[in-house]
Amino acid sequence: MTKTMMITKEGEAFLARIQEISGEAITACDQCGTCSGSCPMASEMDITPSEMIRKTQMGQQDVLSTKAMWLCAACFACTVRCPRGIDLSKIAEALRQISLRQAVDHIDIAGIPAPERVRLPQIALVGAMRKFTS
Amino acid sequence: MKPTTQAEKRRSTVRDDSSQPVHARSSRTMFPYYPGCTLKTTAQNFEDSALATTAIMGIDLVEIPRWNCCGVVSSLVENDRMHHVAPLRNIIRAQEMIAERGDEIESRLVTLCSMCTNTLRRTDLFLKQNPEDLEAINDYMSLEDDYEGGVEIVHLLEILRERGFDAVTDKVSNPLEGLNVAAYYGCMLLRPKDIGIDDPEDPTIQEDLIGALGATTVDTPYKKMCCGSYQTVQDRYAVAELTYDILTHAQREGAEVIITACPLCAFNLDDRQKEVRERHPDFRSIPVLYFTQLMALAFGLGEGALGFELNSVDPGPLLMAKGLLAPR
Repeated sequence: MTKTMMITKEGEAFLARIQEISGEAITACDQCGTCSGSCPMASEMDITPSEMIRKTQMGQQDVLSTKAMWLCAACFACTVRCPRGIDLSKIAEALRQISLRQAVDHIDIAGIPAPERVRLPQIALVGAMRKFTS
Repeated sequence: MKPTTQAEKRRSTVRDDSSQPVHARSSRTMFPYYPGCTLKTTAQNFEDSALATTAIMGIDLVEIPRWNCCGVVSSLVENDRMHHVAPLRNIIRAQEMIAERGDEIESRLVTLCSMCTNTLRRTDLFLKQNPEDLEAINDYMSLEDDYEGGVEIVHLLEILRERGFDAVTDKVSNPLEGLNVAAYYGCMLLRPKDIGIDDPEDPTIQEDLIGALGATTVDTPYKKMCCGSYQTVQDRYAVAELTYDILTHAQREGAEVIITACPLCAFNLDDRQKEVRERHPDFRSIPVLYFTQLMALAFGLGEGALGFELNSVDPGPLLMAKGLLAPR
């Protein structure tokens, strides 16, 4: 029996937008799962990196409410291993940008308890602000 | 002049440790040097040990003036020119220094922090490959000289490899015999591939250094796995789990010390051992050093260059027990 999956018009527009922001050929992914096997944060994620790209391919905008895209540490382990040459770190960045461009911050640096905030080196704080704040 | 501030005192101690005067220029090479923010605070021991050991090797790192934060991470968004401005401004500072000093100085900008290396290299490569973007950014930065594309960004480890690790061994007065050291690379020295300093899947540059210092190299499968990076800000216990995996795998292979080239890896692997102990009471602490601290130890340098007081897990007891460090 043939099963047909339809991508809605809105879904297509969403995929096109993520492709535009990331510059990546998202539809080239054939779901081998190498990214999920390489990702150091996968065990903390609600969906795996390969599910993240699959949802994006299918234009499923609920990918934007997953934890996974915020847990990417931009370590590029998936980037160097993807057999299709896709840079998933750029796709995760594009997904985060959809949210951050609404001027909604993902973390509240001022809300970090003072002893912990003082302990964190600049390199951690600046990196987190770049990735998690608008 | 008598040093007044803590930093000046530390630096003057560093200089006292060097066996050669800085002004002996004959066989010396001078490089513009970009430290980055964290090397002036929590990773001051990285800078101090690097300046002291390179001075001994005839490498003079001259800090570029008016440098700024590189931004730590590169923007991964297509057509994002804005986030190349901060790294480029530093490259222009180096370009100015090279123009002023002429043949006296190399046209390569040396970095120590692997995140700075990564952002500066990515920007430099992007601008060399995309002349239109370079032109647009040059136009935008109207108060700066145009970037001409003549600067190369190099990590200190690459300079050491280029000179040959035998040149490092020549300066060893305290061979680290019997010390088992695991190299930790993390991400930013290796990935993405086009800006990495070594094979992204099978790096050896730090192992070559460990061997040159007389220590025993310990291979660990987690040496290229990310420590969680800036995730340490939003979820320190998730990072502590990665730290636990990275460190215990190295310990299982016999490692007694870990070395790194990144102040953020150092924070996650060293300071976060506190969180690891909260979650894993069986965990045994292990010192995490900058590769330059290991060099300083093998070169027989003193406290000012070693800077162990900034390491969260004190390597002192282990090194004294091994006879590699004089009792305090």
